[in-house]
Amino acid sequence: MQNAESKEVGKDAALIHRLRASDEAAMEQIYDRYSGIVYSVALRVLNDTGAAEDVLQEVFLQLWRNPDVFDSSRGSLGAWLAVIARNRAIDALRKRRPETEVENVVLSVDCDLENETGRKISIEKARAALAKIPPEQRKALELAFFQGLTHTEIATKTGEPLGTIKTRIRTALMALRKAMAEK
Amino acid sequence: MTENLQPGHEQYAEDLALYAVGALEAGSCAQLEQHLKQCPACRHELEAMRGDAALLALAVSGPAPPQRSRQRLLAAIAAGKEAQPESLRAFAVRRPWWSFAPVFASLLLAIFAILLLRENMSLKQTNDQLKRQVSDAENENQKAREIVALITAKDAMHVSLVSAGSPPAPHVKTIYQPSTGRLCLMASNLNPLPAHMTYELWLIPKKGAPMPAGTFKPDAHGMAMMMPENPEVPAWTEVKEFAVTMEPEGGSAAPTSDVLLQGS
Repeated sequence: MQNAESKEVGKDAALIHRLRASDEAAMEQIYDRYSGIVYSVALRVLNDTGAAEDVLQEVFLQLWRNPDVFDSSRGSLGAWLAVIARNRAIDALRKRRPETEVENVVLSVDCDLENETGRKISIEKARAALAKIPPEQRKALELAFFQGLTHTEIATKTGEPLGTIKTRIRTALMALRKAMAEK
Repeated sequence: MTENLQPGHEQYAEDLALYAVGALEAGSCAQLEQHLKQCPACRHELEAMRGDAALLALAVSGPAPPQRSRQRLLAAIAAGKEAQPESLRAFAVRRPWWSFAPVFASLLLAIFAILLLRENMSLKQTNDQLKRQVSDAENENQKAREIVALITAKDAMHVSLVSAGSPPAPHVKTIYQPSTGRLCLMASNLNPLPAHMTYELWLIPKKGAPMPAGTFKPDAHGMAMMMPENPEVPAWTEVKEFAVTMEPEGGSAAPTSDVLLQGS
């Protein structure tokens, strides 16, 4: 039986490189590393285990079939997979065709997700940062991110002015960035 | 910490944040995307904001996926591998975009061939239709030529039948087509003309003076035919009647003798 350390071998960039040669073992390592994050996000959006499993399958199969959709020089594979999972889950929730090409999802995030220890620290830090955000800002951000609502829909749902919702979402993102930058 | 926006681009800050979390209305997206194409600083800030939003996803706590999901994925990968030979699969993974050019070219050629085929069929139908029209016209033309040849044949007998016991009387038939102004005259039993004289046809309109419509002379049998090449009578003239007079050689601009024949 493999232990946790043996599963952690290989940097994301190296694993992506091996995927290009259809290395199944590399795919297994990536899955074991990030399936928890991908599944949790999909389940949070869809609130349905079967639908979340479908998104999980789709996200990893897409990476297997075309590893070049992720540019390993431009950020964390874990964060990228989490955002792709969120986008696909929102598409499934709103029963619409995929709106964003995965190639166009480029993001930069400064956190270590490649090894289990770093991943745990980063996730705890993200949770702590989120907890610090004022509730009304956090609510606006979560309605957009996890329910796929537009700022107009959020304003209607919360009864708040449109400008207030815009400001809250931007301020919440900036607060998250600031909290993650603190040592 | 604030956005790393270029001075003067602060107005994009809120839209960038909304866009990063997929909350910007579709109508505003196009405008922002246009700006992003031209502004590396705003593109960079968008990537950072997406990274900020990714923290929301990373912070989610939930159960681990069921073991069957892993098996399902690996089975799908294995099935995909079996479906493609190794060489093809490697090719598919690394295929550059231009390697699809022959496929696109073949598809375009096929579409072009279908369009050509349809065009060809349409042209063939038009061609067949034109052939039929030409054939019909030739038949009619032939019939007309035969009629004219019979009427004008020197050895043809021209016999006009009249009531028994009455002397043969001069008879003129005129055919006039108002839409073109063309007319034709056929005459029989005409009396011989004195020297330097001719018969002249007149169109007498409902309003205005008689109009000269051509001159003609009978042959030895008293027969005459006339069909002016260029109609002298204007088209759409309202005709009251036609008349024939005897005029000096070459015809007159207005009748100078009594009417010999008339009809409406």
